[in-house]
Amino acid sequence: MSRIGVFVCHCGHNIAGVVDVAEVVEQVKKHPDVVFATDYKYMCSDPGQELIRDSIKEHHLDGVVVAACSPAMHETTFRRTVANVGLNPYRCESANIREQVSWVHQNYQEEATRKAAAIARSVAEKVKRNTELESLTLSLTKRAMVIGGGIAGMQAALDIADAGYPVVLVEKQTQLGGHMAQLSETYLNFNAAPGMLAKRIELVSSHPNIQILTSAEVEEVAGYVGNFQVAVSLKEQISTENELEAVSSDTSFSFLDIGALIVATGFQNYDRARLPEYGGLEIQNVIDELTFEKMLAGEGIPRRLSDGKIPQEVVFIQCAGSRDKEHGVAYCSKVCCMVTAKQAMLYRERVPTGQAYVFYIDIRSAGKNYDEYVQRAMTDYQVIYLRGKVSKVFQEPQIDGDKIIVWGSDTLTDRAVEIAADLVVLATPMVPHNSAIELAQRLHISTDSYGFYNEAHPKLRPVETLTAGVYLAGAGQGPKDIPETVSQASGAAAKVLQLFSQDEMKASPLVASVIEELCAACGACVEVCPYQARQIHPVWNIATVNAALCQSCGACAVACPNKASQVRNWRPDQILAMVDEVL
Amino acid sequence: MKLTDQVNLISQQDVQLCYHCHKCTAGCPVVADMEYGPDRILRMLQMDDRERLFASHDIWLCASCETCGTRCPNEIDIARVMDALRMLALESGVTPAEPDAVKFHRLFLMVVQSMGRMHEATLFAAYKLWTRHILADMDSGAQLFLKGKIPLVPHLIKDRDQIKKVFKETQARAEQ
Repeated sequence: MSRIGVFVCHCGHNIAGVVDVAEVVEQVKKHPDVVFATDYKYMCSDPGQELIRDSIKEHHLDGVVVAACSPAMHETTFRRTVANVGLNPYRCESANIREQVSWVHQNYQEEATRKAAAIARSVAEKVKRNTELESLTLSLTKRAMVIGGGIAGMQAALDIADAGYPVVLVEKQTQLGGHMAQLSETYLNFNAAPGMLAKRIELVSSHPNIQILTSAEVEEVAGYVGNFQVAVSLKEQISTENELEAVSSDTSFSFLDIGALIVATGFQNYDRARLPEYGGLEIQNVIDELTFEKMLAGEGIPRRLSDGKIPQEVVFIQCAGSRDKEHGVAYCSKVCCMVTAKQAMLYRERVPTGQAYVFYIDIRSAGKNYDEYVQRAMTDYQVIYLRGKVSKVFQEPQIDGDKIIVWGSDTLTDRAVEIAADLVVLATPMVPHNSAIELAQRLHISTDSYGFYNEAHPKLRPVETLTAGVYLAGAGQGPKDIPETVSQASGAAAKVLQLFSQDEMKASPLVASVIEELCAACGACVEVCPYQARQIHPVWNIATVNAALCQSCGACAVACPNKASQVRNWRPDQILAMVDEVL
Repeated sequence: MKLTDQVNLISQQDVQLCYHCHKCTAGCPVVADMEYGPDRILRMLQMDDRERLFASHDIWLCASCETCGTRCPNEIDIARVMDALRMLALESGVTPAEPDAVKFHRLFLMVVQSMGRMHEATLFAAYKLWTRHILADMDSGAQLFLKGKIPLVPHLIKDRDQIKKVFKETQARAEQ
């Protein structure tokens, strides 16, 4: 016989407004193993938890049922409560009489009360059969891997390395730097990007805790949080005249034990061939922002690619491909308003006789001092901003010579605008790197419909993924500028350090287990497991469970023909007893 | 010189500061009779659209009440911008879209110059004779008269010579 206590919560009017809680108490008392039952206004409050603790001591309870809200809400709370007075936390269960009873049966008070009592009694049947369990402990490799050597990856690597942990920085290209290496000057202060970047690269390269692998790619990832095994391919690098070159024929592999991974693979540029109305790739003097950055680099005076002429009329087209479902990118690429303003100002500075036009649909300059910056382009640099999307960019050499004709409109005056430009710069959107989806599959993380990595929660867990031990930084998760990228990279690094600050990892014991005498090593569990948590032991020839990967979904328990695979405290005998009690 | 720069110079404003929030137009008491409203006038200025600006009724319909400038988040004194536009339009020799408004402005100044302050009855009489709108606005005129807002005898100020001097000097400066 067990000594079970049942605690029925009113949840204010949430439950008590529909369910007759006093009647539920009376009904559950009839259960032979229930030695104590009571109700209270808010069981999760301090006095409510005190009531549970006192009752355990007073009535020598060895099991507790809290009939209240969903276990997703307060199961952890009440398990902690009972553990405070020495009861094994896995001898405490929640019976959901709010989401599954009072909220859904508001007009059926009598039936709701009966259902609540039945659920509470059935959970008592489960508690009666619950075994006492202890948290599992898992070992932990305190070495991180950062995938991507751009500004995001370098920042994350530096933060982890500075905290004293070894980091492996994997970069696909021959050199570190990523897209930032292609920029001229950065916005707000017009700081030269190469200078800032060189300092960062120097810090990373000389750091004793950072191992840099260039011309390297992550090929395979096995294991789980704290215990990943990562296979990295390394291409031989040879020095040519003034740069390094990777030789794919000379590839070696490296296998590394890693505790946590940060994915910082960044973005790539939108393919302009998808914008035929803006000339596609056909017009040489229609370029994208990164190409214009190269022209502006090193305080250069921009010159046209076709003839080296200094352009006198430059048209910038914002949202070229973005905020445009037709062109496959419905999102706002976020950084282009600022980049365009910067480029227009730099152009006006370098070519004071030139005129810059910017076509926009909205200006999105949300950020500290950002809007003031865009306004400066209009007031201090006389850049003409025209509100309206350009419909067509074309050339007619017989009529206009080498000019590029831009058809747009100024919606503020309701007039069509035609500009004969010398150069057109398209603010094309950031899109995820084309290898992102493949890498996501190797890492068992998900991507959205565009191929950006999904964060675990858009608001509360923005740098984590749903795979424990894999974190995100930079534009691979969504369009971002440098300050935002660096912030996220430091956030991801902090998550890794939080993981590494433990001596060993604690894990829930409520995972699948195997009754070895019953296991026939048929492999049904291995096949159904969606989390790669099941394996057949190569020596002992029985099914095993990787507790760190198991998410307690129960698929293996259902699939196992011998009932050898069972989820702890969700055994078939418990479930049948619960069903019997309800019936 | 671009019209934008001329207007900025005369009005001592910077029309490039306008980001077209439309607040001026939303509060303008005469916008119902306008073609564009103050916001679009500023936009045309930014675009240096001299032709449309000088031909517009709006620059003459503006009552210089200064509601727009008071509300402008960028502190542009739009009434002064309108004033500059009216001056430049007259200078350019285009026929004003609202000739009566020009007559009204001229008579207003004449009355102040000769009497030292406004005398409404004189202004109305002169305006009606010049524009031949003899019977217009009789309703509100009668009401104002009954409330004593239109005194028949002008109230002359003491040092009228000083006012005339102000006019003379301003004119001389403008001619320079």
